[in-house]
Amino acid sequence: MQIIVIGAGVIGSAIARELTRYDVEILLIEKEPDVADGTSKANSGIIHAGYNADFDTLKGVMNVNSNPAFDKLCEDLKVPFERNGSLVVGFDDDDLKKLKEKKANGIKNGIEGLKIIEREEILEKEPNINKEAKYALYAPTAGIISPYELTIGYADNAVRNGAEVLLDTQVTDLIIEDDEVKGVLTNRGEFRADLVINAAGLYSDRIAKMAGDQFEIHPRKGEYHLFDKVHGDIVNHTLFPMPTETSKGILVLPTVHGNLLIGPNANVIDDKDDFSTTSDGLEEVFKGAKKLVPSLPESGVITSFSGLRAALPSEDFHIGFSENKKALINLIGIQSPGLSSAPAIADKVVEMAEQFSKNNNIEFNKKDDFKEANPRYPHYHHYEENDKVEEWQEIVKQDEKYGEIICRCEHVSRGEIIDAINRPVPARTVDAIKRRTRASSGRCQAGFCGPRILDILSNHLKIDPLEVTKKGKGSKILKAKSKEIILKNLEEDSKVGDQ
Amino acid sequence: MQEYNMVVIGAGPAGMAAALEAEKNGLTDIVILERDEYIGGILPQCIHNGFGLEYFGEELTGPEYAYEFIDELADSNIEVLTETMVLDVDENKEVTALNKEKGVLKLKGKTIVLAMGCRERTRENIRIPGDRPSGILSAGTAQRYTNIEGYMPGEKVVILGSGDIGLIMARRMRLEGADVKAVLEIMPFSSGLVRNKVQCLDDFDIPLKLQHTITRIEGQERLERVRVAQVDEDFNPIEGTQEWIECDTLLLSVGLIPENELSKAMGLDLHPVTGGTFVNENRETSIEGVYAAGNVLHVHDLVDWVSEEAEIAGKAAADYINNNLEKRAQKIEITPAENVTYTVPQTIEYTFGDKKFIKVFMRVTEPMEDVEVKFSANKEEIISYPKKIVMPGEMVTANLPAALVTDEMEEIKVSIVKKAGENNG
Repeated sequence: MQIIVIGAGVIGSAIARELTRYDVEILLIEKEPDVADGTSKANSGIIHAGYNADFDTLKGVMNVNSNPAFDKLCEDLKVPFERNGSLVVGFDDDDLKKLKEKKANGIKNGIEGLKIIEREEILEKEPNINKEAKYALYAPTAGIISPYELTIGYADNAVRNGAEVLLDTQVTDLIIEDDEVKGVLTNRGEFRADLVINAAGLYSDRIAKMAGDQFEIHPRKGEYHLFDKVHGDIVNHTLFPMPTETSKGILVLPTVHGNLLIGPNANVIDDKDDFSTTSDGLEEVFKGAKKLVPSLPESGVITSFSGLRAALPSEDFHIGFSENKKALINLIGIQSPGLSSAPAIADKVVEMAEQFSKNNNIEFNKKDDFKEANPRYPHYHHYEENDKVEEWQEIVKQDEKYGEIICRCEHVSRGEIIDAINRPVPARTVDAIKRRTRASSGRCQAGFCGPRILDILSNHLKIDPLEVTKKGKGSKILKAKSKEIILKNLEEDSKVGDQ
Repeated sequence: MQEYNMVVIGAGPAGMAAALEAEKNGLTDIVILERDEYIGGILPQCIHNGFGLEYFGEELTGPEYAYEFIDELADSNIEVLTETMVLDVDENKEVTALNKEKGVLKLKGKTIVLAMGCRERTRENIRIPGDRPSGILSAGTAQRYTNIEGYMPGEKVVILGSGDIGLIMARRMRLEGADVKAVLEIMPFSSGLVRNKVQCLDDFDIPLKLQHTITRIEGQERLERVRVAQVDEDFNPIEGTQEWIECDTLLLSVGLIPENELSKAMGLDLHPVTGGTFVNENRETSIEGVYAAGNVLHVHDLVDWVSEEAEIAGKAAADYINNNLEKRAQKIEITPAENVTYTVPQTIEYTFGDKKFIKVFMRVTEPMEDVEVKFSANKEEIISYPKKIVMPGEMVTANLPAALVTDEMEEIKVSIVKKAGENNG
């Protein structure tokens, strides 16, 4: 059986990976130059405990069912993950009432360890929290994760198990014959399949429309600030304010890489390509976060970014077969807690694919050589953080490229960058290197390592330095060789002179 | 673990001068650790002239200035390890470094010289909102691409910040044929050297827009345009002054930050204004035998003074090992007063020995004309020096004569005031 998955975000990549457990041909198609290049790279990076949504919503079920899976999954895929626990912080008795409702909902959902704690215990857990905090719902099973590394881990594993990933490939239409989806048309030609899975995130409504299914994604932008690691220990848990109807509010949390993250705000926008930050938005995020942690440092932000949540008006996930055409599964409106729900969503889609194959008399059998785990690539910072610097000696002995530090802020070696270029889903842009190694994600933001990474990419991809990009397509870093511009100007001047 | 008399971190102008001066004062077993593949720090990419007037009495380019020291190092017994990244230093002066030949290196220094230099502030440090396209880079990175790698980062250039690197790069881009649209400066005055403003902007008709900043960046893939606005006294954009400038490149020259992550790892506190460690007159930090010099201590505008400062540290380190130093009965604080933002050093801890004076480096808060730099203790003037003009962009130095400093002084204030006896109106 041949299956095409459209969209290599965390959902598409998870589905592709879970499908490679079966003896099927998987093609994962992504319009961007890397996997995880949309919503999956720009979100809070939280694995929610699952007390928020009702168990009668799809997102509630998916979140709760996924949460326990992350320990093994992240160990297998070699993705940084930590169950740091979360606190929803209340300031008065009204808030306490809502926290109790949440706790009751969580218990109904089967979440373990939920507890309402009071000021003394809150301060013990979080010494820098607003001293006015009176109550908090503590959820020990909540965690933090690197969302793009999870996506890359899934996609790498899918490729290790036989899937093919096509980057820079945009689906322009569905191939439909006799009311049945038979494949996709793309800017790189036509690809046929028995089943097409639409996991196109922000654009999933557009793909669904190609089959006549009517959905309308309303992108909701969230802006974030990421702080230097020196501020990473200001908080220990993920801190939530009291939520509103559509948003869990502006959070303060540590990241798995040891930075401090604040955000997001939530603004409905029209343009799905608008990833810009705004001065009002960035101010709003600061103000919101300060309600939880008043001593937030004014300086120390190393980057600000925004992500778009692919929300449906229903605010729930939609996962189902197309209502109009056969052989198409739509996943639409997978916004927060989509990341936290990825494992269960993938399982559900595998079940649907199995059902589809049965109905159509196509074989769908488990493989016996499925490789559950990814190899562990050496990263100097792991050794450094675990006080095992001496052991890095062995790595350098085997290959001296691990002894040359390219990124001074995050301590990333040349060997690690070359590994990123050689992984199953290869890094081909500066940003893709960053997501796999952390090189250039530190406080100097590529000031030091930028030219060095460009050189390594050019050497290993065997392309001219002028062709190296930040994030694919038109985002080239250099414009011309020295003297080319001035010579061109002189030539033009002399032409004008001749006339 | 290999032991040295001196471990110098960084082979830029500060590290080179400190090591050489230490050797001249009899110190042996010195090693310099450098992360780059060549030594000289940032100088090799500074191919313009204007270096060395103070130190060598002649005008040199950056590479020429560096080579004076590099040649001397070649003739010395100082060990230099390049492509060697120092990853940690602790309070026991134990250094962990990494290079490809030896892997993880552990060294111990009887003295350590912190000479890591500084890094450039980024877009994020100043929080310009908007898109995140390619084409936005620090002026120093652009300088490396242009002068070392041989590539032009762009063709239509806007420069934010009129620090020296911004001014130099405005001219450099123009000489390479780029259309340099403007240099924007949020302050009402340029933060670079006056000679750089004249030679790099005025001589090339590049407009300098004072009290202007960028309020938005646009471009999905490559930078397409920036929105520029005039600012009021509180640096807030003024409504109605905003205009878009089309450009493919934005160079940022918005300040330098001393690179003190290793100093912090050692447990050293940083000065809130300089961003460097606190030091005494020997450029010694609060850990005995650990020195800091050059841009890691405070950002200089002339490399000449970096060399001079590093030599103070290098000599002191040699004196320290040779037991030639004697602590004063009580230490003297040097504190900034009127129109002085900071001073280096911040304390005097040793007796003067054969030293005739202590050179105090300082920066002013506001530009001023016809002033005097005044040292005073217990509300009485010690000495003052007239200056025609002082600017925040140009470091001020003044010598505090040893003979005028007494043991009773606990604090010496440094101020820059209008010249006495003159009518201020």
